[in-house]
Amino acid sequence: MRLTDSTQLPLTSFGHEPFWLTIAKALFVFVLLVVLTLFTIVFERKVVSWMQQRTGPNRVGPRGYLQSLADGLKLALKEEIIPALADKPVYILAPVVSAVPAFLAFSVIPFGPKVNVGGHETALQLTDMPIGVLFILACSSVGVFGIVLAGWSSGSTYPLLGALRSAAQVISYEVAMGLSFVAVFLYAGSLSTSEIVAAQHDRWFIITLPISFLIYAVAMVGETNRAPFDLPEAESELVGGFHTEYTSLKFAMFFLAEYINVITVSALATTMFLGGWRPPPFLSRVEFLSTGYFPIVWFLLKVVGFIFFFIWLRGTLPRLRYDQFMKLGWKVLIPVSLVWILLVAAIRTLTNQVPSSRDRFTYIALFMAVVFAVFLVWPQKKAPTEEEVEAESALVPVEQGGFPLPPLDLVVPPMPRSLQLTPTSPPNSEEAPRG
Amino acid sequence: MLQYYLPIIVLFVLAFGFAAFSVGAASFTGPKRYNRAKYDAYECGIEPAPQPMGGGRFPIKFYLTAMLFIVFDIEIIFLYPWAVAFGRLGVFGLVEMVLFIATVFVAYAYVWRRGGLEWD
Repeated sequence: MRLTDSTQLPLTSFGHEPFWLTIAKALFVFVLLVVLTLFTIVFERKVVSWMQQRTGPNRVGPRGYLQSLADGLKLALKEEIIPALADKPVYILAPVVSAVPAFLAFSVIPFGPKVNVGGHETALQLTDMPIGVLFILACSSVGVFGIVLAGWSSGSTYPLLGALRSAAQVISYEVAMGLSFVAVFLYAGSLSTSEIVAAQHDRWFIITLPISFLIYAVAMVGETNRAPFDLPEAESELVGGFHTEYTSLKFAMFFLAEYINVITVSALATTMFLGGWRPPPFLSRVEFLSTGYFPIVWFLLKVVGFIFFFIWLRGTLPRLRYDQFMKLGWKVLIPVSLVWILLVAAIRTLTNQVPSSRDRFTYIALFMAVVFAVFLVWPQKKAPTEEEVEAESALVPVEQGGFPLPPLDLVVPPMPRSLQLTPTSPPNSEEAPRG
Repeated sequence: MLQYYLPIIVLFVLAFGFAAFSVGAASFTGPKRYNRAKYDAYECGIEPAPQPMGGGRFPIKFYLTAMLFIVFDIEIIFLYPWAVAFGRLGVFGLVEMVLFIATVFVAYAYVWRRGGLEWD
């Protein structure tokens, strides 16, 4: 137990409060998530419309802020359709399997220091355990089941493709996500979220471990299937992805789960790298800003900042191709994070084991020399000779097992419309302007 | 030990109740207007492609990705306790982990080389 100040309770205190307090906190988390979801949907539409220079929703409620509530009501009043080919029990179960773990993942997120509720000291956190972050990862893994079951049980092509893509995508990026946490645990010496927040008392981990943060920031977007990694729901390819066959409130459950996942990964990023509910270090001496209920404001500010980052990405970046996406996950994020973990561990060992800074420099110089030597003797890939290039690009006729190819000197004929617009140019000539 | 999980069970009951209620209520709140076309699989208006029983076949790449995921997830599961206990392990812990990651890296390099990470 290495808490650095008196604003937090030790890990063993969780779960010992009266039952009514547990229920109150669970209700608070539940309501917070639903309200944040409603907020996020309007916020997203407003921000995207602002980035695209349109007005966005502005009819329901003051300046359109009740839009997502109205959307939810509308969904409830829509006809429920279960496709004839669907596997009915699984089809009905899938939205529940998707939504419930999304709620549960938030239960170990700390959103404030200890407070006094009705004479009981309690942490502003539903619960915490020695394996807190592992629990969040487990919940996000179970959430994938909901998506896969939904796609599989719909008995339709597009949902199945979307579900498969989604499963492959989430598990690929979960590896990168899991690896990005290792350096944090190394510094915090714990997997419990409240102790990780306590370990960031003096310095946030985003400053100590910037590469981990970058890897996590990419992985969390891939993990939640959000743009530019929204391939499972790519509208132009897969209609709506895994939830194509869902209507009414079942569809709303998937929507809710997606947005809660966005909120949870943002909250997790806040907890792991931005000091959780702690105020910025230069304000941490101000008693009123770092004790009691006020830190919830810091927490929410940081989370909303991350949500804005998600929306910003959606407004800026086009969707990746699937092979580019998998390449980024498996060939960039994983090796980079493995090397980064070893680097952090080596530096950590050096600072712990070697007291004098001169010896440290010797070790670092030695390491650099080894890296440089390896770099020098590393075999260079030779550029292919001309014959090899020719042999590679030579076309094999279809009779000998080659691929059928269309004639490669095809010229696209000019558009008839462009010919009408410029009557001076001779029809059907090569030089006609192309639309 | 189990006291940590009691609040999670409470939240689970809340969330499950909410989700089950919503999914259950959906069939009562909406209208019901039968039309056979509505119950077809959605394929942009064309005649739906016949579905093979039992889901049919899909690319082997997905299985491969799942197996690679298991390899790396197990690696992560070994990394977590190591990271937590790192302060007490000293130089020994570092050397052991370098050896372990190097071993997994050989498998990783092999998969990369054999084109297991290509997606086309």
